[in-house]
Amino acid sequence: MLDRTADNVARATPEPLAKKIRGISDKGLAWLFISPTILLLLAINIFPLFWAIYLSFTNYRANRPNEVVKNLGLANYQRILGDHDIWIAMQTTAHFVFWTILLQTVIGFTLAWLIDRKFRGHAFWTTIILVPMMLSPAVVGNFWRFLYEPQIGLFSYVISFVTGIPPTNVQMLSNVELAPWAIIIVDTWMWTPYVMLICLAGLRSIPEYIYEAAEVDRASNWRQFWSITLPMALPFIMLAVLFRGIENFKMFDMVNLLTGGGPGSTTEVASITLKRQAFESWRTGYSSAFAIILFVAVFGLANIYVKALNKVKQR
Amino acid sequence: MSAIQIAKRKSRWPRWARRGLMENIATAIIAIGFLMLFQPFALSLYTYSFITMLAGTVMFIIVSKFPE
Repeated sequence: MLDRTADNVARATPEPLAKKIRGISDKGLAWLFISPTILLLLAINIFPLFWAIYLSFTNYRANRPNEVVKNLGLANYQRILGDHDIWIAMQTTAHFVFWTILLQTVIGFTLAWLIDRKFRGHAFWTTIILVPMMLSPAVVGNFWRFLYEPQIGLFSYVISFVTGIPPTNVQMLSNVELAPWAIIIVDTWMWTPYVMLICLAGLRSIPEYIYEAAEVDRASNWRQFWSITLPMALPFIMLAVLFRGIENFKMFDMVNLLTGGGPGSTTEVASITLKRQAFESWRTGYSSAFAIILFVAVFGLANIYVKALNKVKQR
Repeated sequence: MSAIQIAKRKSRWPRWARRGLMENIATAIIAIGFLMLFQPFALSLYTYSFITMLAGTVMFIIVSKFPE
């Protein structure tokens, strides 16, 4: 049946085209098939990258397309790397990255360790824990805004119930001290399941016979944890830390939805500063240089990530 | 030449320039650059963070092609 269809297709193909196809090697055919994807990749990813590199050396403004574009050399980079406000934005980003990674790793690993005990209904609880990760950041941002509302928010009422502070005083998103923590809480809530999944994969990869040997040697549970579980799960934890580090470093959606960088500039992370420079101040050249700096940082981290990934693969 | 002999043949590539060691050095430079970018202590360290990270990243790309 298939042979007959192939024969019909071959007979229906015009002779000049058939001759051309017969002349293409396997390698040529492979290139023919992947070339649309490569072209798309070049148009969407590679070209904008090189264009941004070019713009980063100029004074180009996207809202003034007819203005003469001057070459500024490294001036944009010098200005960014000497700008006190951007340095502060970097520290805000660092604060955010540090605390989210710490909380996500500790809670994620603990959850993975508990789930790995295989208690009754552990599959059900694993699914429940994974739910936040499956939601869209836009949805999460919006409903946490409601939860944080001082008047009607459930979060404010829970805090009020526990501490006795009136709920209207728990202003998570407009208080300078609390706003960064409001974002950290949401990000931790959303992405801890992801860290848990990676840690769980690490814990499940530890062979059972190692624990049996430790039991024979009368090693305590505590000793087994420190000498077997943690060292053998460490490459996986490192992987989760690096991946979340890269993701949180360029975090934009959640911050934009929850606080928009405010109050003042207390939650203005690097990506928010970049957006303000690019689309509010319209300093396209300057913001391109800033984007390239962030890109190099993420690219450097990605290299370390790939190295860690290879180490895990070799195990 | 047997497979064992091929495996035992010494590489002429200098020992100090092997991939493992050089990749570790490049990773350390990237990590130092990253810390310099985020630290809250000195603006001058922040100023030189980009060039440090860039040097580390370029070095990593080059040395990852070196033989083991």
